[in-house]
Amino acid sequence: MYLKKLALAGAVSLMGTSAFAACSYENTVPLKSLTAGFEAWKAVTDAMAECGNFQAELDQEFRTKQPAAFEANPSLYHIGGVSNGTITPLLNAGTIRPLDDLVAKYGQNLTPNQLIKIDGKTMAIAMMVNTQHLMYREDILNDLGIEVPTTWDEVFAAAEQIQAAGVVDYAIGSTMKSGWNVAQEFVNMYPGFGGVFFNDDNTTAVNSEAGLNALAAMQRTLEYTDPEVLVSDSTYVQQQFQQGKIAMSNLWASRGGAMEDAAESSVVGKVKMAAAPRAVEGGAPATTLWWDGIVIATNITDEEADAAFRLAMEGMDEDMVTANNEAAIWLVQGYVPGPLAQGAIDTALASPTAPPYPSTTQMGLLHTALGNELPAFLTGERDAAATLEAIEESYTTSAKEAGVL
Amino acid sequence: MKFKTFAAFVGPSVFMMLLFIAAPLISVFLQSFQITQPVMQQIEVETCTPGFLTQTCTTELKTVPIIDDVTGKTQTTTEWVGLQSYRNVLQMDKVWEAIGAGSWGDILQIDFWKALRFTLSFTLLTLPLVIGVGLMIALAVNNASKSVRGPVIFVSLLPFIITPVIGSLSIYWLFVGDGILTVMLERWTGQDIAMFAQSWTIELLMYFYRVWHVAPFAFVIFYAGLQTVNMDTLESAIIDGASRFERLRYVIVPHLMPLIIFIALIHLMDCYRVFEEIVGFRSQAHVISLQWLTYDFLVPDDAGNRAVSRASASAMLTMIGIVLLLILPLRRTWRDHKGGAH
Repeated sequence: MYLKKLALAGAVSLMGTSAFAACSYENTVPLKSLTAGFEAWKAVTDAMAECGNFQAELDQEFRTKQPAAFEANPSLYHIGGVSNGTITPLLNAGTIRPLDDLVAKYGQNLTPNQLIKIDGKTMAIAMMVNTQHLMYREDILNDLGIEVPTTWDEVFAAAEQIQAAGVVDYAIGSTMKSGWNVAQEFVNMYPGFGGVFFNDDNTTAVNSEAGLNALAAMQRTLEYTDPEVLVSDSTYVQQQFQQGKIAMSNLWASRGGAMEDAAESSVVGKVKMAAAPRAVEGGAPATTLWWDGIVIATNITDEEADAAFRLAMEGMDEDMVTANNEAAIWLVQGYVPGPLAQGAIDTALASPTAPPYPSTTQMGLLHTALGNELPAFLTGERDAAATLEAIEESYTTSAKEAGVL
Repeated sequence: MKFKTFAAFVGPSVFMMLLFIAAPLISVFLQSFQITQPVMQQIEVETCTPGFLTQTCTTELKTVPIIDDVTGKTQTTTEWVGLQSYRNVLQMDKVWEAIGAGSWGDILQIDFWKALRFTLSFTLLTLPLVIGVGLMIALAVNNASKSVRGPVIFVSLLPFIITPVIGSLSIYWLFVGDGILTVMLERWTGQDIAMFAQSWTIELLMYFYRVWHVAPFAFVIFYAGLQTVNMDTLESAIIDGASRFERLRYVIVPHLMPLIIFIALIHLMDCYRVFEEIVGFRSQAHVISLQWLTYDFLVPDDAGNRAVSRASASAMLTMIGIVLLLILPLRRTWRDHKGGAH
């Protein structure tokens, strides 16, 4: 269903070249964009297509395509959709351009919060924030008289009660698909226990007390999840929620809208959002903060860059947000936070605050090492200490190969 | 045939093979002994990221590649590192350590050996099954009455024409937690079934899928072979009082032997490169294969790093593995060929 919608969206945005519905000007420079494929990007690229001469490519595999496509000269795309996790290779290769002069020219409606500044230069324009936070079935928690959990210990206690009541198949849903997803779960949990990822000399510091705690918490989660949790990604957990199979999950805010989609969801109005649970009492929420936004390629003419930025601003304007208020937690002016946004806002405003995803070359390597080594621990083949050691070794090998050690 | 005509016919194919097989192979071979890495520098960077209302700016020491002013690309250095990448893939020091400590299970914790274990058992276990099932279908079709033969052949060929990735995805969807077959089985047995929660059930599904998918290929070849069985020999065997099984054992199978070897060769080559099942079944947590390992090294992470050297080394090791596997059946064919046994 979702795929079908995406395909349709792609087709519509391709056809959009001759429609100038709600655009304030007519775009004459042919432009292309490569972005992720979720709801918010669909809204933004559709709004851009209204100005004409624009082709949008919405692809969830954008992260593997983008670095090479932007390195070509001329670049294969003018506009790129990135998050704080995927901007790093573009920054490192210098394939995206500083936007300060363009912001001065077309960015009157941007808030200072949207300008992603790196060393004082605006390199990207953020349009939304995203984070993994607690989604829960309000009806189940109310029936069983459970308070909304604020720490993972409370989540486990609640899960115990829900499991005992037997109202759903599994109390907790978790995005622990082997690879990127399971690594992200660790990246959420580990700073929550006060862990830091790297020492000053770029060696990794995960082999620590906080690492053991994070692993223990992840293992504890398994008691309440689907036994096939090592194949479940965000979409799978979203569907489990929609089909009423799970009661709680630390899931992406961008998935919230799907709970209210009556065509797919059997739990419309029952899923509520709260701040991501803390790992320790009084600590930061055990999650990371993300933003999504646009960048403009270096390897295009200044004229094209000008047109591309102007078009992007048109796509990210107030009209678009008003029409798609629930599609994301927008940073754009005119956004009215609805009930679905509450969890993400609480997470972002929590004190001490959750860290942004630390996107660096080393983090990319560590993320891969985590994704490859964690499953053996979760299947019980290896104990926690040996797993942390394996992560450290795996990181060291690839860091040496990548030249950061 | 005149040499000139021969060359004109074979030339384009040889050229293509050199361009698309030999050249990449040499390049991968060389890359497995090299490491290309960007020149890194440590600089202080101030990064501002949006919170919900205000930005948080942090200044930190970041390791970033140096960008060349002239070309606008990142500066890289390429070094010859000998067998370093092979050592990184094989991790022999850990293997010896595990053997020394007598804990054999620890060897299977290392990605390469874990992948090798699965790839080998997958290849060798499915081989007799594919040949056996293929032969059985061929015999059954051969003995079926002429009127149903056409439809039966059509139906038995269907699994073979399905794209492998789609086929494995279908099996995954049928058997995953809320797949229709799992739900049916759960209703029938009254038990909670999770096929993708432990490695042995995943492996079982993989064997089943591969045999289901490849057996039609063996069937087609065997069926063609059955049409050429010498009827006189078969009839005299009947007169001599040979049972159905004895006829199969002493007349049909020896006649099909070259075909059996041919199928074994193709199957060994194909199976050693098992990949679709891993991706389709999302089995990385439990089961990985050598080809998947190479792929995993090559996929860039979010920061754009990819382990090209280790991927090359792992690709070379996969090729060496295939060559070793093929030596036995190839030697036999070579002997038969030279001896002109048939």
